[in-house]
Amino acid sequence: MRFHVCGTYRTRYEDDLRVFATDLGPLCMAAVVAGLALLPLALGDYLVYLASLVGIFVIGTLGLNLLTGSTGQISLGHGAFMGVGAYATGILAGAGLPFWLALPLAGLATAAVGVVFGIPSLRVKGLYLALATLAAQVLLEFAFNLYDSSGGGTSYLRVPRPSLPGLPLASDRALYYLVLASAVLFVWASVNLLRSRFGRAFVAIRDNDRAAAAMGVPVFGYKLLAFSLSAFCVGVAGGLWAYLTGVVSAERFTLMLSVEYLAMIIVGGMGSVVGSVLGAALMTLLPEGLRVAADALSQMMPQVSSVLIGLRYAVFGLVVVGFLVFEPEGLADRWRVVKSYVNLWPFRY
Amino acid sequence: MDFLLQLVVNGLVVGAVYALAALGFVLIYKASRVINFAQGDFLALGSFVALAFSESLGLPFGAAVAVTVVGFFLLGLLVERLALRPLIGKEIIAVIMVTIGLSSVLKGVMYVVWGAGYFAFPTFLPDTPIEVGGVFLSPLHLAALGASALVLVGFGLFFRRSTLGVAMRAVADDQQAALSLGVSVRRIFGLAWAIALVTAVAAGLVVGSITSLSTEGLSAIGILVFPAAIVGGLDSVAGAVVGGLLIGLLENLAAGYLSPIVGVGIHEVVPFIVLVLILMVKPYGLFGTVEIERV
Repeated sequence: MRFHVCGTYRTRYEDDLRVFATDLGPLCMAAVVAGLALLPLALGDYLVYLASLVGIFVIGTLGLNLLTGSTGQISLGHGAFMGVGAYATGILAGAGLPFWLALPLAGLATAAVGVVFGIPSLRVKGLYLALATLAAQVLLEFAFNLYDSSGGGTSYLRVPRPSLPGLPLASDRALYYLVLASAVLFVWASVNLLRSRFGRAFVAIRDNDRAAAAMGVPVFGYKLLAFSLSAFCVGVAGGLWAYLTGVVSAERFTLMLSVEYLAMIIVGGMGSVVGSVLGAALMTLLPEGLRVAADALSQMMPQVSSVLIGLRYAVFGLVVVGFLVFEPEGLADRWRVVKSYVNLWPFRY
Repeated sequence: MDFLLQLVVNGLVVGAVYALAALGFVLIYKASRVINFAQGDFLALGSFVALAFSESLGLPFGAAVAVTVVGFFLLGLLVERLALRPLIGKEIIAVIMVTIGLSSVLKGVMYVVWGAGYFAFPTFLPDTPIEVGGVFLSPLHLAALGASALVLVGFGLFFRRSTLGVAMRAVADDQQAALSLGVSVRRIFGLAWAIALVTAVAAGLVVGSITSLSTEGLSAIGILVFPAAIVGGLDSVAGAVVGGLLIGLLENLAAGYLSPIVGVGIHEVVPFIVLVLILMVKPYGLFGTVEIERV
């Protein structure tokens, strides 16, 4: 058992690719997962619901970070992609499919949509691609609105609770475990994808797509792959969200959601799995914290609803600008600093 | 036929607003390659601030507008200095996100100060429509069209004739060459933001005088700036004007002819369909400079 490495003793490429530098890593990881699994025992219903929400957005953020952080393709359409996943799950679950079939199928449907809207990346990149994905957001939002109003305009798509034969899955707590299991699965997949040849190809495209092409990376194919994988993640996240809230409606999957996703990877740290987790957690819990604060404030201020909306916008914007100006590497960098501090304690370096 | 003409006229009026908003957007992009997602929010804030000056402080409307314009000029310099300058040379997503963050902060301020309600500018023109050849023209719309044209021509002259305007074009063309000729690139970046905010105020005043003011409604224009600017070419001032007018026209024609067939809201989507088509066929727009990438 190795608990501490004091120096770099890597002599083979396999050493570079190891996920955990020491044997302490897997233990810590197991402890974290066990802690998360025991969380519902200690928390009230509302907090468990929030924890599920965080888990859902962790999955979505992992997806966007794969596309934007690792492959360098900016997407302003992930809010709508999440909506595709949610609507697909709602329709499939309504048709009687069990969740373990509906969620992956919804993910695949979203991946297909993602590939379609990734096709402009053949010709344009950077900012122009960002604008093409913005168009995807607007188009999909319109489609959602059409779907919502096709049922007469009053009834939204209802999603039945997931169920397993012999296992009750109806409660929020049971759903939390479904979300937790999915989130762990996606984190595991992300970490391993990034250290495979696919991950290295993505990073090569991000850093310089011409150079990547010259090194033999089929750039367009890998871009589309990144779009589809990313959309798959966010589609599954949308499906889980649909199960959690029970109702799917267009007003949730607006441009604001896409922007929130981008904020999560900025705040967390671009191209980092830890960053995705931390960023998603912070940006999901922050508005809730603000809401609690505003509730306390509402005793003093009468017209609190618009003030609350305003506060949410303002704090969100300030957090994003603040991170960009003062901490461009995001929370992942902070995490690295904390980790090395703990590793070296009681010494400074 | 009258229906078509009416749609065209309305489209041109709305298009003039888009042209003004897109002009500010293109100015910033041309000078500093920054995509400004906050243009719509600056536009909204401009009209709200002008309204506040004229109503709460009791200034005459012209004076309120003048104070707002000066204030926004300074605000533009400040925004560039505080938020944009630290990010010079950073990757595109950082620059995009900082303007999105800015847009969010502005929206927040507007919600806190003015709430989510609707406001209106004081009316100083009769709104009885004049009929010209079967088309109803409101004097307000005509005035809005005239004012937009005036501002656009003014900026056109500014860029052609004034030293500052020529300096701005020089920076947009080649920063190093401009630097070697003694043009302060930093000051030009600041100036681009300042002028862009002034055009936002102008657009805000025009749109505010033809519709009601609301945070949501006016900020939404910021999103329509993108199709307008892409159609015209991201770094072309003339393109912004043409693109703005085109998008305004298309939007109104779609609202008139397509929404009974496809469904309400199609007019919001059509500009973006055009955007995707342009990106696929002619990414640099009608008048934009083709970027040639060398390895």
